[in-house]
Amino acid sequence: MIAYKYDKSFEGLLSAVFEAYASKKFPDVLLGENDLPPLFCDEMVEIVTDEERSTRVWKGLERRISKSALYTLPDCWLSELPDVDMLIFRYIRKAIDASQSIEMNFGDPDVMQLAKIWRSVIKERERVMQFVRFQKTADGLFFSCIEPAFNVLPITLSHFIDRFHDQKWIIYDAKRDYGFYYDLTTATEVHFDDKQWDDRGFLSESVADMDEKLFQQLWKGYFDSMAIKERLNPRLHKRNLPVRFWKYLPEKR
Amino acid sequence: MNDNVLEKLKTLAESAKYDVSCASSGTTRGHKAGMVGSASGWGICHSFAEDGRCIALLKIMLTNYCMYDCAYCINRRSNDIKRATLSVSELVELTMEFYRRNYIEGLFLSSGVVRSPDYTMERLVRIVKDLRTVHRYNGYIHLKSIPGASRELVDEAGLYADRMSVNIEIPNEQSLQALAPEKDFKSVFTPMQYIKQGSLQSIEERKHYRHAPRYVPAGQSTQMIVGATPERDKDILTLSSALYQDPSMKRVYYSGYIHVNTNDTRLPAVSKPPLVRENRLYQADWLLRFYQFSVDEIVDDAFPDLDLEVDPKLSWALRHPEKFPVDVNTADYELILRVPGIGVKSANLIVTSRRFGHISSWQLKKMGVVMKKAQYFLTCRELPIRTIHELTPERVKRILTKGSNNSMNTQYTIQFPDD
Ligand code: SF4
Repeated sequence: MIAYKYDKSFEGLLSAVFEAYASKKFPDVLLGENDLPPLFCDEMVEIVTDEERSTRVWKGLERRISKSALYTLPDCWLSELPDVDMLIFRYIRKAIDASQSIEMNFGDPDVMQLAKIWRSVIKERERVMQFVRFQKTADGLFFSCIEPAFNVLPITLSHFIDRFHDQKWIIYDAKRDYGFYYDLTTATEVHFDDKQWDDRGFLSESVADMDEKLFQQLWKGYFDSMAIKERLNPRLHKRNLPVRFWKYLPEKR
Repeated sequence: MNDNVLEKLKTLAESAKYDVSCASSGTTRGHKAGMVGSASGWGICHSFAEDGRCIALLKIMLTNYCMYDCAYCINRRSNDIKRATLSVSELVELTMEFYRRNYIEGLFLSSGVVRSPDYTMERLVRIVKDLRTVHRYNGYIHLKSIPGASRELVDEAGLYADRMSVNIEIPNEQSLQALAPEKDFKSVFTPMQYIKQGSLQSIEERKHYRHAPRYVPAGQSTQMIVGATPERDKDILTLSSALYQDPSMKRVYYSGYIHVNTNDTRLPAVSKPPLVRENRLYQADWLLRFYQFSVDEIVDDAFPDLDLEVDPKLSWALRHPEKFPVDVNTADYELILRVPGIGVKSANLIVTSRRFGHISSWQLKKMGVVMKKAQYFLTCRELPIRTIHELTPERVKRILTKGSNNSMNTQYTIQFPDD
């Protein structure tokens, strides 16, 4: 059994593909830097993440599958699912070895599985776009906290920049403890040690805008009035608005 | 802004909520320099009310005072309810502040009729014009046109709104007049015509001149109340199908009748809205728009109402055993689409994947085909021969509806699939 050890980055994974083709030795398992080797491990290869190599693999893939299929791979990576790296590895290998593009071959279990993961990542991305709630601070910044199941903030940025391009904002992933700050020109990654918000993501009154509370009340008042009592349907409500997001929503306070 | 607005907002939201059209889809607008916001093609649901319905828009009335007396409407003149009116600036500020907080995708604005249709319409136009020109608001706007409003105002509104709607409410003119004495089909269909003409004209102009103004780029929609009057599903769907002939008509909504005015004897005293029927109508509407069904395939004189037990596609299949089984490895896309349990997505997957080799039932399952239903209507090499012919349509129906009787009485999933 052959094991590869790499830094658990997407570029690292592409470097591993390069190594496999260069040495003609394909891994049976992919390990992170601190993972223990499996039993019966015959060979352990340490992968160095290398920009040139990963770019070459990426470029090679561009010739074998369409751009839209290719870009689903880094999206799937964001799922952070335990075996997603091996799945992507196998997919890339099939894409390189096949005589025609494999992207539409949904009869192949790996192609199908990745298509499924991609759909769930994109679904989670949409949920972030749905359920981010900004609170205005006294100095006019709009702040939001959220805990997506997958690491999707990076792929929501273009949407939020497009929509809220004339206001400064922060969207913070409380689960992964990092976020993005948009300063009217670009969005940059940020991390806060000293948090100005409570464990439900609400800004403390000293930093919130004077009218912030009122608008949250207005929104909650509106939300409560919208339900038609003849049609109450808690099951559907929870399916559409998963409970894991409630914590940060002013209307569910 | 103050607490006073909170009371008004609650009152007016309460009054506006029975209008079911939640979709904000249809327009794509990236941000424009100096403008606030964008509208994305399919529209985003930002929250879900406790009845499960999507909240994408701030759905609100400018006022719930009304000089008309429509029997089915909670806001009618003769009702003793709490009334409120927002000022133009309050409404504009609410929209902007909600939008900037990512609470909403946009505004859905309607109003009761005060003084005259044009007086009311004029105020609605002022709000949308203010939002676009003064506040540079670039988010979504759905404006409900006031029945009987003049052409000038409808045309002006169309320059600022993404979508406009005029609700038919009652699918038959006699029934409508009995319930809404101040309205007739003319007051509904005339503004619809204005919107259609404005929209066609703008599309034509934009072909020649790129900067010609857009006119309701997301088209128009309408709504019919189901179960308030004796019309059959055939009447309703025939009207829908005729409406869809107009290219600017994007959606027809069906709203199960809710008995809000309990003292009105002209209306049936139903204790619960007919949710199953409403859902079946949406499914039939879906077949009209995306599954290449014609209305007389779904309902006809011999079969004027949709089957409440099974969805209209399955119902069609059960009445047409001669079309089945369909061989997924060779049949045309159109036929595959007719198989119960196969949707547009899986039909596409089947047609693209089969070039790579034969498709097995295991793969069909993976592609999202509901085999529980589909197995009686298709073949794919290794499937056992137990199709609708061996079993007869009656037995297939019995098998597929077994155990679902309870779910029909309990809560029903309402779907508002987006374009
Ligand atoms: S005109 Fe509209 S608001 Fe007025 S009573 Fe009729 S349906 Fe209700």
